[in-house]
Amino acid sequence: MIINHPLLGPRDAAEFVYKGDASMLNRPDWQSENAAIEFHDYMHLRDNIAGEMRELWFHEQGDRSWLVVTRNTITHEITKVELARDVARSKSKGAS
Amino acid sequence: MRYSALEILKQGLTGNKTWKPAWRDPEPKAEYDVIIIGGGGHGLATAYYLSKKHGVRNVAVLEKGWIGGGNVGRNTTIVRSNYMLPGNEHFYELSMKLWEGLEQDFNYNAMISQRGIINLFHNDNQRDVYARRGNAMIMAGADAELLDEEAIRKELPFLDYDNARFPVKGGLAQRRGGTVRHDAVAWGFARGADENGVDIIQNCEVTGFDIKDGICLGVETTRGRIGGKKVAVCVAGSSGHVMAMAGMRLPIESHVLQAFVSEGLKPVIPGVVTFGAGHFYVSQSDKGGLVFGGDIDGYNSYAQRGNLPVVEDVCEGGMAIMPMIGKARLLRSWGGIMDMSMDGSPYIDKTHIDGLYFNGGWCYGGFKATPASGYCYAHLLANNAPHPVAKEYRLDRFISGKMIDEKGMGAQPNLH
Repeated sequence: MIINHPLLGPRDAAEFVYKGDASMLNRPDWQSENAAIEFHDYMHLRDNIAGEMRELWFHEQGDRSWLVVTRNTITHEITKVELARDVARSKSKGAS
Repeated sequence: MRYSALEILKQGLTGNKTWKPAWRDPEPKAEYDVIIIGGGGHGLATAYYLSKKHGVRNVAVLEKGWIGGGNVGRNTTIVRSNYMLPGNEHFYELSMKLWEGLEQDFNYNAMISQRGIINLFHNDNQRDVYARRGNAMIMAGADAELLDEEAIRKELPFLDYDNARFPVKGGLAQRRGGTVRHDAVAWGFARGADENGVDIIQNCEVTGFDIKDGICLGVETTRGRIGGKKVAVCVAGSSGHVMAMAGMRLPIESHVLQAFVSEGLKPVIPGVVTFGAGHFYVSQSDKGGLVFGGDIDGYNSYAQRGNLPVVEDVCEGGMAIMPMIGKARLLRSWGGIMDMSMDGSPYIDKTHIDGLYFNGGWCYGGFKATPASGYCYAHLLANNAPHPVAKEYRLDRFISGKMIDEKGMGAQPNLH
């Protein structure tokens, strides 16, 4: 698989470390009343999507940036690559 | 029909005219006591033990494609019970004992060969860890033997003993471990279950669950609705996809694991050998091919094929420990989809929906567990209570904190 890094161009997926579902960017509120259950679900439960999935990849053997890669888990086709920090920033802007 | 040498002789002399198909091809009934979703090794074993041990015979096994077409036919055929943690070791030792009597029990030749497994270690720390694991195995009633370098040299003279980086210091042997002809396991369980009256329904995909007021009443399938007092999901690899139809999210990710077989060679590797400094395991099939594998690819996948970096990594592991493997040509490689769980251990449990049961999360250790998985799942279905050796395989163990994490990796499925 080739990941088209937004800053570095096409890179071999072997340079990256895989974290998993990009919903992990959305940490639960630690002060919420149900924080224990919410963190359990956040840590341990997965949608485990068959099809197009947004996921976190870390460019460990490159510029050490976190990416959000949109990839199809049935065909391995990658359709979109974003910097995770851009995704996180646009999210927090949307929230405020 | 009972298979025996006498039967072969009789049939041979009379033109092989009265052999019967090993299982029927029935139409689904409107209602069953138990519906098992998934006609793989574990599902068929569950049906077999339900009908044989618990007398529950009004059972259907629903299979999307053909039976035994998933991971029971896509693994490296190794059986062993060399685990360390109490929640695991008793279960896998039960499985080992069931393997030992399986062929006589279900009257089918599964070519179970207890040729032994040796896990190599390469430094003093690893020796300590393996000694501890061996002691845990012995305490659980399994067999284990710590071998020093000299003993390994005698048994496995072809290893690279001049490797400065990964010197072979010894190994942990389990003599009762070995290999099994994997397809025959599915067929043997299918035949045995069918003889006891279980309906094995192929080409029947489950498309939804019939759940009302928190009670599961049956399933929707491509061949119509089928009612079931109990519905038992047993679809490792597709667990997330199937349980999503019941509105459940699972502590599971689906990953792809590749396996490889070389061209046929004369007998050269006596048992199963695993490399302790990388991830590589190999045995030689009865046809002569070297069957080997390594790590999962490491990213979520439902494609039954992997990528080249892992092929390279596995072959490097092989070359590091037994350079002779470089002379063999690779014949085939394939991928299977693993239910990777959050602690590397499986689930055999009820769900919060009455009448809906779940078996999955086998990571890449599902094949060796086949008989005990079926045995314990059948026990759970028949008694509504877990079998004592599988009582820790609960879906809620991440809330209760009772993880069974052999590798100590935490909730990162691609590291188990």
